Amino acid sequence: MSIDFSHFDLSAAAFGEPVIELRGMSRAFGTQTVLRDISLEVQRGETLAVIGESGCGKSVMLKIMMKMLEPSRGDVDWFGKSLRQRAELDIHRDRLKFGYLFQSAALFDSMTVLENVAFGLRQNTQMSDAQITQIVHDRLKDVGLPMTAASKKPAELSGGMKKRVGLARALALNPEIVLYDEPTTGLDPIMTDIINELILRTRERQPVTSIVVTHEMSTVRKVADRVVMLYPLSRLQPDEPQIVFDGTAAEAFSTSDPRVSQFVHGQARERLQELAAA
Amino acid sequence: MASVPALKPTNTLVHQLGLAVVEMTVAVGDLALFGGQVVRLILTGLPRRGVMTQTFYEIGVRSIPVVGVTGLFIGMVLAIQAYDQFHFLHMETKLGAAINASLVRELGPTLAAVMLAGRVGSAMAAELGTMRVTEQIDALKALGANPVQYLVVPRFLACFLLIPLLTAIADTIGILGGWVIGSQVLGIDSFYWWLHSKEFIAIYDVQCGLTKSFFFGGAIALISCYQGFHCGAGAEGVGQASTRSFVWSFIAILVLDFFLGVFQSGLYYVLWPDPISLF
Repeated sequence: MSIDFSHFDLSAAAFGEPVIELRGMSRAFGTQTVLRDISLEVQRGETLAVIGESGCGKSVMLKIMMKMLEPSRGDVDWFGKSLRQRAELDIHRDRLKFGYLFQSAALFDSMTVLENVAFGLRQNTQMSDAQITQIVHDRLKDVGLPMTAASKKPAELSGGMKKRVGLARALALNPEIVLYDEPTTGLDPIMTDIINELILRTRERQPVTSIVVTHEMSTVRKVADRVVMLYPLSRLQPDEPQIVFDGTAAEAFSTSDPRVSQFVHGQARERLQELAAA
Repeated sequence: MASVPALKPTNTLVHQLGLAVVEMTVAVGDLALFGGQVVRLILTGLPRRGVMTQTFYEIGVRSIPVVGVTGLFIGMVLAIQAYDQFHFLHMETKLGAAINASLVRELGPTLAAVMLAGRVGSAMAAELGTMRVTEQIDALKALGANPVQYLVVPRFLACFLLIPLLTAIADTIGILGGWVIGSQVLGIDSFYWWLHSKEFIAIYDVQCGLTKSFFFGGAIALISCYQGFHCGAGAEGVGQASTRSFVWSFIAILVLDFFLGVFQSGLYYVLWPDPISLF
């Protein structure tokens, strides 16, 4: 007797249990719905790239995953448990398993680089100053920053350095899950590649689950095990799902779905015609 | 946070007025919830000492020159402007009593609070607003800190505890400024200046002024931090939050001043039923 495995999503089956799950999640701001009925599982150990046009809700989804925003409808699970049924303290404890690299790096501008990277350690551990300083130096070294950067203020850093400090800060507490919000936006191609390498290296050094919101297809090619594409609701019919693609990076680049292929290959086509008609 | 229902009223004056009342009610409710959260967090634990010290220094120590100058000029202006009336009544020596009483009870607390709403309140709203816009508040959350506890609690405590001290400094410098003008410029005998001041000003007057400033400090901190936390996007949003924080703090100071004044006057007559007289 043979068993048919074709219905299994092999890309997901290669990884562990779901660490984050969105179930029928929607989010509106005032009267404008940005995310509608999103259901998505992120497996332990995988690197998921979330792509889509600007304004389609990628960053909002990332913030909902991190519980920095509440969904208007639906539910979010962390490690198999619904956030709605958890105590605040329990959520706080599990949030420390997350690292978040913000699009603008979001460094605290009144603090030095050292204080920024040390912030999570000072806030959540009882480590001595010497231990914290050692960890900060290790993390700065991991992201390729010299120790001389530790005493600088964020205003004295370049965009790429800020992103690397942001990454060092996100990794300081040894998170199990790292969320990257457009980690390479605004960087030159060399710095983009450096950040991509850092994402890969982070994963090699410790078994982390990564979710990368990006527009950069080189990032998708380089780091993603799985790609999910969100589509703007304004371009969808009410009954169409907002996730228009869920597969491997190779599949994303070879799919026949014009919405996905035009995006990943950077072809405007219908959009140019719409602009001309407008 | 409460939310305003998506109303789309007809564009008449009555509808606009109704919408304004609804929005105002929601804003006051939100502010009350925000204040409740701050008080709850103060009771559950304070931020690290370094964070508190820095905030207390910024709000307290660095405001001393502003309140000092404010107090000095209020005292001096009062002396110059009230002298002619007192001279006409041949009561120049009572000028000090009138200036000092109005300073400790009313002008010192109120004007010091207004100055601090401008210096401290607007700065807090702009700083927190910038942190909101640049995702630094989200970053605090992501790093396991409670933004309200980390950012608002120290500012609230600094304003609540230090604005009364700053008011005391403004009162003292104002009293000295009035005396310098009265005795050195207008030629009033210092002995009678202080004698009548001592006779006319009771500890209750000083307590009333300082009690008010606790309320003013708390209101400035809550309103400014609330505006910063709920500021709109971009530089425009931060600017609006800063302006709103000053305007609403100013209104809150005046409204609180009125109701606290009514309450304190009522309380005085309960505690000391005999009427007081300047003569």
